[in-house]
Amino acid sequence: MTTFLNGIFNTSVGKKIGMGITGLFLISFLLVHCAINATIFLNDGGNIFNEAAHFMGTNIFIRIMEIVLFAGIIGHILQAMIVTIDNRKANSVKYDVFDGKANSKWYSRWMGLLGTLILMFLIVHLLDFWVPARFTGLNIPPVMIDGNEYENMYAKMLEVFSVGWVVVVYILGMISLAYHLMQGFQSAFQSLGLNHKMYTPMIRMFGKIFSILIPLIFALMPLAIYFGYLN
Amino acid sequence: MNFTLKVWRQKNKNADGKFVSYPLKDISPDMSFLEMFDFLNEELISKGEEPIAFDSDCREGICGACSMWINGRAHGPVPGVTTCQLHVRSFKDGETIVVEPWRANSFPVIKDLIVDRSSFDNVIAAGGFVSINTGGAQDGNDILISKDDAAEAFSASICIGCGACVAACKNSSAMLFVSSKISHFASLPQGKVEARNRVQNMVAKMDEEGFGDCSNTYACEAQCPKEISVEKIAKMNREYLTAKLL
Ligand code: HEM
Ligand code: FES
Repeated sequence: MTTFLNGIFNTSVGKKIGMGITGLFLISFLLVHCAINATIFLNDGGNIFNEAAHFMGTNIFIRIMEIVLFAGIIGHILQAMIVTIDNRKANSVKYDVFDGKANSKWYSRWMGLLGTLILMFLIVHLLDFWVPARFTGLNIPPVMIDGNEYENMYAKMLEVFSVGWVVVVYILGMISLAYHLMQGFQSAFQSLGLNHKMYTPMIRMFGKIFSILIPLIFALMPLAIYFGYLN
Repeated sequence: MNFTLKVWRQKNKNADGKFVSYPLKDISPDMSFLEMFDFLNEELISKGEEPIAFDSDCREGICGACSMWINGRAHGPVPGVTTCQLHVRSFKDGETIVVEPWRANSFPVIKDLIVDRSSFDNVIAAGGFVSINTGGAQDGNDILISKDDAAEAFSASICIGCGACVAACKNSSAMLFVSSKISHFASLPQGKVEARNRVQNMVAKMDEEGFGDCSNTYACEAQCPKEISVEKIAKMNREYLTAKLL
């Protein structure tokens, strides 16, 4: 391991480079995931969404990416844990007075907590959709679209989001994600050494918009279903 | 002006410390924060008490000695100044001011407000220099350096090694300090020769000295008395990537 890429990931700087790479990868996943799910807003009875879900569930490239995605999440979490342990060791005596908010944004100091909330949300989320789709079955009859039979993931969504507390969990998950990204998006570029007088302000601006827009679109899905705007 | 100073007192490295409150009367608003401590120490000495130990040297903001954590911030509430440049008029009359030493495991407290910053020296010794062979003196303008490069190097070289970046960082990370040193040399032709080894050795030493990792909260930049930008950290990361991969 020490000689892998010259031991690039073994130092403090390298660990952050690892966080940045996994973080950006997860961001790219969010974009794809969000775009596909947003097709439910077409309100076409979930036809396009079901077709897309079928493609995602059967395409060989996507199935490989699914494994990469799990590796990415686990890598990101492990790296986050290592970094957190390092930092605890470096700073065990606390100040009596620490005016954190004068120097930095609260969510930049609470990435570990926000990440843990996201993880808790992810577990609920996987149990809601991924586990039934892959393993235990949806327990919902398939739909016919243009003469072909498809698993009815859309109906599964309607079922899951008919429960109030589930909707609340999803919204809290998306709020955590939004704050995690508000810090994380620009942070990943900085960790990878990409800080530039001209581009960094653009990255920060784009990052803010992304961090609000993507979780907002996600959060609107359970809300729209719960309040009956989609059927 | 009147203040109550709540100061961290600790006999030596191994002793347990505690806060002690000192009421102060009739302080001139034009005093610097350190002059207020001199004033208090004279009172303590005349009463036969142990004066408060604190570091200071130049008292004009260029040496970096005067480490003090004041009301929850490095060098107090005013941005871009060291403690010696801080005036007591920056505080409210009657205020209780809490003064603590830098807190970082790589900066152990030696006595009261004085911490041991040898860990910084060790990082510098690992690569924060250019090797120059002795011989006939070279003509001053032999190596041309553009104004931009000189300015870039200068903007990093202004680091006075005070440790406020470490003190302000929730992870006690030394990345702003180390990256300033690395960027300084990496911007100049004389420094480029050893750049590859420098970044690897200094980063390794920084880790060995027990400084934390960077979380990009940018508290260091907000607290640096020289207002050095976190662009330097990104530059160090670039230098590091190039050294490891290319
Ligand atoms: C879809 C989910 C997630 C995305 C898109 C994401 C994205 C990011 C990004 C872009 C960063 C910045 C990387 C850097 O500073 O270089 C980051 C940092 C971080 N993430 Fe995540 N993350 C996700 C989930 C998680 C989870 C589940 C955890 C923990 C259980 C976590 C913990 C952290 C921590 C602790 C940091 C900051 C590390 C530091 O102090 O520098 N993240 N994340
Ligand atoms: S005493 Fe030199 S910087 Fe304050």
